[in-house]
Amino acid sequence: MLQLSQASLTFNEGTMDEKKALQHVNLNLNQGDFLTVIGSNGAGKSTLMNIISGSLLPDTGDVLIDNNQVTHLQEYQRSQLIGRVFQDPMAGTAPSMTIEENLAMAWSRNKKRSLKPGVSKRRKSLFKEHLETLNLGLEDRLTAKVGLLSGGERQALSLLMATFTEPKILLLDEHTAALDPSRAELITNITAEVVKKFKLTTLMVTHNMQQALDLGNRLIMMDKGQIILDVDGDEKQSLTIEKLLNEFQKIRGEKMANDKAVLS
Amino acid sequence: MFVSMFGAVESGIIYALMALGVYLSFRVLDFPDLTVDGSFVTGAAVAAVMIINGQSPLIATVVAVIAGFLAGCVTGLLHTKGKINPLLSGILMMIALYSINLRIMGQSNVPLLNETTIFTSITSFWENLNLSAPFNNIIAALGISGTPKTWGILFFSLIITLIIKFLTDYFLKTEVGLALRATGDNKKMIRSFSANTDILIIAGLGLSNAFVALSGALIAQHGGFADAGMGIGMIIIGLASVIIGEALFGTKSIARTTLAVIGGAIIYRIVVSLALRVDFLETGDMKLITAVIVVAALVTPKILEAQREKRRRLRKRREITQMADTKKGEKGNAAT
Repeated sequence: MLQLSQASLTFNEGTMDEKKALQHVNLNLNQGDFLTVIGSNGAGKSTLMNIISGSLLPDTGDVLIDNNQVTHLQEYQRSQLIGRVFQDPMAGTAPSMTIEENLAMAWSRNKKRSLKPGVSKRRKSLFKEHLETLNLGLEDRLTAKVGLLSGGERQALSLLMATFTEPKILLLDEHTAALDPSRAELITNITAEVVKKFKLTTLMVTHNMQQALDLGNRLIMMDKGQIILDVDGDEKQSLTIEKLLNEFQKIRGEKMANDKAVLS
Repeated sequence: MFVSMFGAVESGIIYALMALGVYLSFRVLDFPDLTVDGSFVTGAAVAAVMIINGQSPLIATVVAVIAGFLAGCVTGLLHTKGKINPLLSGILMMIALYSINLRIMGQSNVPLLNETTIFTSITSFWENLNLSAPFNNIIAALGISGTPKTWGILFFSLIITLIIKFLTDYFLKTEVGLALRATGDNKKMIRSFSANTDILIIAGLGLSNAFVALSGALIAQHGGFADAGMGIGMIIIGLASVIIGEALFGTKSIARTTLAVIGGAIIYRIVVSLALRVDFLETGDMKLITAVIVVAALVTPKILEAQREKRRRLRKRREITQMADTKKGEKGNAAT
């Protein structure tokens, strides 16, 4: 479903600040795979995400979605195929527009936008049905401005908007990191539910090791722009945080630098 | 007095089209587009030149609108493809248009005094049907002295402006319209939902300046001339209309806001014509008056809001002290 071959990207090449954000990364996701990505700050997780979404172009290497070359498609063209939820709850919705209008925009993702009304009666009831699955009571607030929602509610809405058109790929970029623990848990649960419901091929970046272990059928660990660990199947199910840390030490010969990753 | 107020309302309705254009760029797209000063004259110039060359005023106006649309698109291109800061793209286009407008007109002023314009046609049509009489009778019955030359221009302009308003309201709720609004609200978000924000900005600015040029074309035909300098400060007038309208009539929904913008444009004209009746003010003081009106419209709501907050807090504090007092009193009673 998603293929990355030999993807490399270097920032500020030839200067003091040169940073190899991604080095010859190969990645192959099958239909329905749920991959979690962990790694310390600067490991290249976000770069990986941005190269898939098209916000960044790789120096070399290719991105294929469903066996189609998308490396040179612009972000807005690729986003027909890719659903995305950002870390910042403000980033995924338009605050001065209503819930139903936001949903209508998301609904147009894989269609050509026309001069017909965005929110029709039929769509309204469809949106209501989808909102009910979130159990947040948002279905009764269709005409409320999204700017009035709390961070958790917004992130749940973003998640729904990113998924209900069943994109080929779902990218989750630390989408629970900015929420308090109880809200984060709620969003984590909703994530597991929608991914299962729509059978989405998903890639989730997280700082939270426990979350990375709980969710998904495959896990990769990144460091210095490379994938240093790749586990799936039963091996993934039996992983623990301790095992992960030991693994990291074994591979890199040093302790994991990021306290935040250990503690969370 | 009545006749001058009537004139203010009449031209206010035509300027409202320009204000709607400014609303589209400033509010909807969140793009401070200064092209307006130039594209307003472009509309006037194209219409005037075509009319004195014998074209029908209707075709002249339509071509003027297209010219305005193109001017806006160029500003959009400068910003999106040339990566030039929004303010600067607008200023560059405004300066460029000044020369282009002179080229279009061939001189700095094109009079339309004895030409057939949209408004002369409307006026003769209206007066042939003798439609002004009932309105004049109402005015006379109300005991107001003075009768305007014709009511035709007022009603015709009102119809045009309302049509544009309703089309705008509808458009902003379509799928494309929603994407356009989201472009002004959260670009990153709408790009992740497969909208091409560059095209939306270019088309949005085109539409905005098309409205502005329509207003310019009509003002030229209303006033009987096009002038290279008639656009100076137009952006501030547009902004004043938007701000006054929003402050007075609210922004609850899109339909409400566009109506507020039209109201703001009319009120602005009325305020200016009242100000010009003050003895020591001259026509040259117009721009200063405009600046003062805009500052007042921007600052007054904030001051009022601050005062309201202050009063609210004071009331809360008083309630709490009162509650504490009564509690103390109860305790005192219990002890005795």
